[in-house]
Amino acid sequence: MMRKALLAFLLISTSPAWAKTIAVAPGENDQEALQTALIEAQPGDVIQLAAGTYRLTNGLSLDVDNVTVRGAGPGASVLSFKGQTGAGEGLLVTSDRVLLTGFAVEDTKGDGIKAKGVDRITMDNLRIVWTRGPHKDNGAYGLYPVEATNVLVQNSEVVACSDAGVYVGQSENIIVRNNRVSFNVAGIEIENSKHADVYGNLAHHNTGGILVFDLPNLPKMGGHSTRIFSNTVVDNDTPNFAPPGNIVAEVPQGLGIMVMANENVEVSGNRIEGNRTAAVMVVSYVRPFEDASYNPLARNVRIFGNTLGRNGWDPKFPGGAELAAALGGGLPPVMWDGVTRFGDKPDDSTTTPASDVPMVSLGLAVAGTPPTKAQPAPVAPAGASATLAAVVLPADQPMP
Amino acid sequence: MPRAAALLAAALLVASAAPSAVNDAVLAGAAAPATLAETGLFLDDGAARPNARVVRYGLATPLFSDHADKARFLYVPEGKTARYAGEGLLDIPVGSVLIKHFGFARANGSLDLIETRLLVHQADGWKAWPYVWNADDSAATLKRAGARVAVTGHDGAGKPLALDWQVPNVNQCKGCHAAGDALVPIGPKARNLNHDFQGENNLARLSRLGLVSGVPENAPRLPDWKDGGESLEHRARAYLDVNCGHCHKPDGPASNSGLFLTWETPSGPNIGIGKGPVAAGRGSGGRMVSIDPGHPDRSILTYRMESTEPGVMMPELGRTQPDEAGTALVRAWITAMR
Repeated sequence: MMRKALLAFLLISTSPAWAKTIAVAPGENDQEALQTALIEAQPGDVIQLAAGTYRLTNGLSLDVDNVTVRGAGPGASVLSFKGQTGAGEGLLVTSDRVLLTGFAVEDTKGDGIKAKGVDRITMDNLRIVWTRGPHKDNGAYGLYPVEATNVLVQNSEVVACSDAGVYVGQSENIIVRNNRVSFNVAGIEIENSKHADVYGNLAHHNTGGILVFDLPNLPKMGGHSTRIFSNTVVDNDTPNFAPPGNIVAEVPQGLGIMVMANENVEVSGNRIEGNRTAAVMVVSYVRPFEDASYNPLARNVRIFGNTLGRNGWDPKFPGGAELAAALGGGLPPVMWDGVTRFGDKPDDSTTTPASDVPMVSLGLAVAGTPPTKAQPAPVAPAGASATLAAVVLPADQPMP
Repeated sequence: MPRAAALLAAALLVASAAPSAVNDAVLAGAAAPATLAETGLFLDDGAARPNARVVRYGLATPLFSDHADKARFLYVPEGKTARYAGEGLLDIPVGSVLIKHFGFARANGSLDLIETRLLVHQADGWKAWPYVWNADDSAATLKRAGARVAVTGHDGAGKPLALDWQVPNVNQCKGCHAAGDALVPIGPKARNLNHDFQGENNLARLSRLGLVSGVPENAPRLPDWKDGGESLEHRARAYLDVNCGHCHKPDGPASNSGLFLTWETPSGPNIGIGKGPVAAGRGSGGRMVSIDPGHPDRSILTYRMESTEPGVMMPELGRTQPDEAGTALVRAWITAMR
């Protein structure tokens, strides 16, 4: 009965003709009210969250295609998970063509919003935050599409994830644009994914701003074709607070943009400034792995047309201080580990990044060589230009 | 026969308490019935006496659910049989129902019921219907959005427990019962049924009663995880298969972790040996790999099994208490690894 008091079913003329709006407002039992709406929604429906704070005690989940969850704004409709006692994330989406827009998710015990195995997911104008600020026990990811196709993450803010604010993993055809990410270990991370455009984002006060990785032993590997352009990547200065074991725990404090393994990555037209370790770092995957189908090398990375301020004056990786001293007090804009081969494979000539600004190679040659064996040498700037096509989302991608 | 006589005969038939059949029409309906009683799966209000072709079974290695006791039943409609389809899930025909009572056993062996979950095989797939029992266990009502129930019970050693029992919502049901986009049963895998339960082999009993067909001689069996006569490796792998493998499989909800804990997974990185975490976050507990051979205290697997913190503990659903016996087994297995 409580539920009926809290939920009013209003008919509003949206397409399809039978679509309805399910209005939900904060009340005595927010968990049941919201979860009931998410279960009873039919394709085409809009779940409208009135302004106010919703107190959730468990995870929420949506498994109905073509549903919109719309709040009154990321500062107005707040889902608070401070009292969460179960589930690995705040909201889990497992259905296609879902639009999430205009609400906040606070203090989840695990990840913020996860969308797994979905097609055409749009996350817009959301705010994901851990209100105590950076802490190792915060959830790993804020906005977390994984094993997804046609992903749009835009106009959102993510603060204080213990891993990545926006994390897109094992996905394909991705746009991440105009988001603001701060005080996360990684601001934005594209991992084991294909065809991603990351642009117009502000990544500041994270440990590292924007990361493009490829990791072994996963169902989907061979990440390639990511464009990082027209982002503002400044003052990433938060000490790394990721729990050890996670790959981002190895990201040095004060990194602008990092490419690890992966292939065909363009870094262009970004403003990169105030990152003490380096503006751009290109490295291979260094941990041991048993996976014949995995390539740990970073290949065909192109860096051009970026606006660079002061970066690299105090590199925070092991041996960084000595390296900076040897190079006259700081790192050039691009640092490359100089790894060109792995295992018993031959040298791969595509591993040398093409950069239009000065670059240093650590000359490590073989993946897994410790940085103490570095033989740093400058690499002269070379011409680099755009070759990747823009990511195009389907015409019926849900839009706010 | 005159109309009045026919009515009288019908009334007598009811009065003589001839068992009514399972309500196949209700079970085939688009909407779940509001009460468990409407299904006709049981003859009594307390759902202790199963109807015809509703047969109780047990598993060699069961899922841990906060020390709760369970009673499991399979219903297969008259004229149909579930077919043996290898060591995995039985091929269960449309119209069938899997029924699982959750509760704590009383001294007399009866169950103090919490909830009853149905998996109903309809023409367009399996449906998950959770029912929650009232205080005196006389009626169970549908709770699609799940529920939290304050429950008292006892652990494996008989020590009293007070639990905040979480009845899963229908989406959370799929959080474990998923293969790709489909909702599927987990428990009744032939290998896990292939052992004695209440004096007879499950598969033999179900075959004898006409619910299952095609069971071969020498069908494979999953070890009983508590059977000291089995190897440590087999017992631990059986435990992980049942408690973790429904998510941690290539087409399961945890597929993106690359950690596969099913019985079929060969030993190596995908079972967790030397494998770094992917999306664990604080769930790593600061440990570098899922399984560090010889070192359970350096293995993420044991860290997450021992935790009761949401966001850290595994499984994510269906557990608020640690399973000490299960964890001890997995610890022993990792300790013995070279």
